[in-house]
Amino acid sequence: MRTSLRAAHPYRLAAGLAAVSVLAAACGSSGGSSGTSGNNTSGNTASAPGVTATTITLGATEPLTGPAAPGYSEIAPASTAVFKYVNAHGGIDGRTIKYIVENDQYDPSITATKTRELILQDNVFALFDPLGTPTDLAVQPFVNSEKVPQLFIASGCACWSQPQKYPWSFGWQTNYIIEGKILGQYIKANYAGKKVGYLYQNDEFGQDGVKGLDMQVPAASVVSRQTYDTTTLSAGLGNQMAALKAAGAQVVAMYTIPAATALAMLAAAEIGYHPQYVISNVGADPPTVTKLLSSFSKGKAGGNLLEGAITAGYLPSESNYGNAWVSDFRKIWKKYDAGEPWDGNTEYGMAVAYTMVNLLRAAGRNLTRQGLVKTLEAKGATFTGPGLVPFSYSKTDHYGYQGMQIGKETGGGITLSGPVHVTTNNGPIKTYSGSPASPPAGFGS
Amino acid sequence: MNGDPQRSAGLAARSPRLPRQPLARHLTLAVAAGIVLFFITAGLGSYGNFQVSQIAVYAIAVAGLTLLTGGNGQISLGHGALMAVGAYTTALLIARTHTPVWVTILAGGAAAAVLGLIIGLAAARLRGPYLAGVTLALALALPEVAVKYSGVFGGEQGITVPPLTAPGSLSAERWLAWVCLIAALAVMVLLANLNRSRFGRAFRAVRDDEIAASLAGVNVPRTQILAFVVSSACAGLAGALYGFGTGIVNPGEFTIGLSISLLAGMVIGGAGSLAGAWWGALVLVLVPQWSTSFSNSLNLPSGVASNLALIIYGAVLIVVMILAPAGIQGGVRRLLGLPRLPAARVPVLGRWQAARSRDRAQAEGSRVGSADHIP
Repeated sequence: MRTSLRAAHPYRLAAGLAAVSVLAAACGSSGGSSGTSGNNTSGNTASAPGVTATTITLGATEPLTGPAAPGYSEIAPASTAVFKYVNAHGGIDGRTIKYIVENDQYDPSITATKTRELILQDNVFALFDPLGTPTDLAVQPFVNSEKVPQLFIASGCACWSQPQKYPWSFGWQTNYIIEGKILGQYIKANYAGKKVGYLYQNDEFGQDGVKGLDMQVPAASVVSRQTYDTTTLSAGLGNQMAALKAAGAQVVAMYTIPAATALAMLAAAEIGYHPQYVISNVGADPPTVTKLLSSFSKGKAGGNLLEGAITAGYLPSESNYGNAWVSDFRKIWKKYDAGEPWDGNTEYGMAVAYTMVNLLRAAGRNLTRQGLVKTLEAKGATFTGPGLVPFSYSKTDHYGYQGMQIGKETGGGITLSGPVHVTTNNGPIKTYSGSPASPPAGFGS
Repeated sequence: MNGDPQRSAGLAARSPRLPRQPLARHLTLAVAAGIVLFFITAGLGSYGNFQVSQIAVYAIAVAGLTLLTGGNGQISLGHGALMAVGAYTTALLIARTHTPVWVTILAGGAAAAVLGLIIGLAAARLRGPYLAGVTLALALALPEVAVKYSGVFGGEQGITVPPLTAPGSLSAERWLAWVCLIAALAVMVLLANLNRSRFGRAFRAVRDDEIAASLAGVNVPRTQILAFVVSSACAGLAGALYGFGTGIVNPGEFTIGLSISLLAGMVIGGAGSLAGAWWGALVLVLVPQWSTSFSNSLNLPSGVASNLALIIYGAVLIVVMILAPAGIQGGVRRLLGLPRLPAARVPVLGRWQAARSRDRAQAEGSRVGSADHIP
């Protein structure tokens, strides 16, 4: 009896192993390069890895699952929507844009693996808008040693502009030091004499923001500095808010991701603490934070906690449907990205993709990686877009936007007002008085 | 384990060309494997070689864990933290001093071995779930040390690790693959020899029955500490090489998830078996990638596709465990008709399996266990 049972097992086992291996083989990774089409009448050539006569392949690592995913997972679909729109309207000199997005779950070791997959196996032309500070810092040396452009990194770290050491890396959004300076200047001007507390993420994001704040806010006004780590965020921020309340902080400057903004406001509300909030644009998007506020509090609190908070932006407010750029982007969103919500993340994804399209057009038919980077350094400062300030790209500056306008959270949106400020990491804050560019006629339709 | 005399006598009998001496046999196998792997790496592209280096690194870590858990019966949920110790030691030495690279790699293993000694001393008094709890606490707490003392350890950003300089015009990925493979094969030879030695026999004796082992003259605490030290050295070495692969060492890479993955890899590959460590490493590196490719090829919305990849990964793990409870190596042995390794089982599961067979036997009305027949 037992011997026949044992004899039966190997066959069942072999069948199972065979099935698993067939399934695995069928699922073998697809990274092949797309072949060139038969008739090449456009004059385009396969001038670089990731470029063929008919396609341009871009790649990125984004957190599509995990704690950083809420909100940020909307950015890649938004960028893809702009690329689909452009592809449907002639593409770039007859080439269509393909955008491969890999999920790195905001884990730098997964970013390392996926980035190698994108560059070594999928042969992408350039990395476009990869997300995260620790994640992109992890691969910055590798990407630069492979001489692949790491463009418009989705992070405000001040570390993306090092043209001598990492010539292939470029930022796009206003960095956290500059934002901190502009927010700090607002605090100094409008809350003079009040006690200020800081709540910030204990990494480059928060530390850079505080560096900027400290350049403007008088040191004597800062009565408490509280930090948190993303790894222990799920435990809540009750201790930090209690400490801020105990120190008597009337203004709380926050360098927090949306989840932390929501947790902080809920913890403060629970202890009856209602300071004036001044929040980095990273953690201030009204739809994202409102959703988190109501889900964390199980429906008891909502966007009302955000009302009156001060923040800053370098793009027109996503709730300002009258703005020409916002309305054109919304047309593209309705047609190509309707499955995702319309909020600051979607607007961001579209705006940065718009810059990418500008760059690809400016780089000409004979696309090369070196040519792409040189074009950005030479012509990037002239690119128009929805930004409130011009780009600052040059041979010595890889930053992107370097200015912001102060806004107030009202009625579920952000209303920007007042002067538009520009500055550098260490320079004085100036006012930008240029008029904003308009989108090209018929864009979005 | 691999040192069972009946099994190896059978193996030597079947393949008369393999030397009878254990050291010579293991070295021959390692060299033969090395030659095969050399040709494989020559044929693979850059990304393939990168994956080979990752598989070799996980094989080292899982081999150390399988010695500790499958070979000595101590469960550790903290091997991710031991890898972190090795990785940080190497990264700090490279960043702050001018130590030659190969010395820093060995130093990573040594540092983890020292921590393993400390844990082993504490853990010698603990068994089963209590030991697992202590190692779990280590896995959770140790990465936080890097965040707390961010001046020294680089905080959440971590420390960058420059890639190994490849000689001549060799690609960086292939050189890394060779370095990791050589390290892995050396570790396999050392562990295989250890298993065949009196230390290996002492490990297995303590695993199977502590009281009988101590009655037979085995120093139980010393044996368990030795197992912990050796296992930790393997994890530290793996961590050191891991840093070169990812290019950065930070707390986000060494989460509790890594420790659990190592344990899962060990169980799936086959607890107590060095070949099982390689199977486990293959599963840990390749299955997530296959499941992601598969999900992406279905053209689902990105949110669904990314979560589907994780579900498929979990499903594959479950299917393998159902089809081959003794792990992939156990399944391979069954397919080849080799006798089942006598005690190749995870100790906690083993007790459960023994209890189940006892209950089944009682239900059938027969008696099991020699204890019942003591006159």
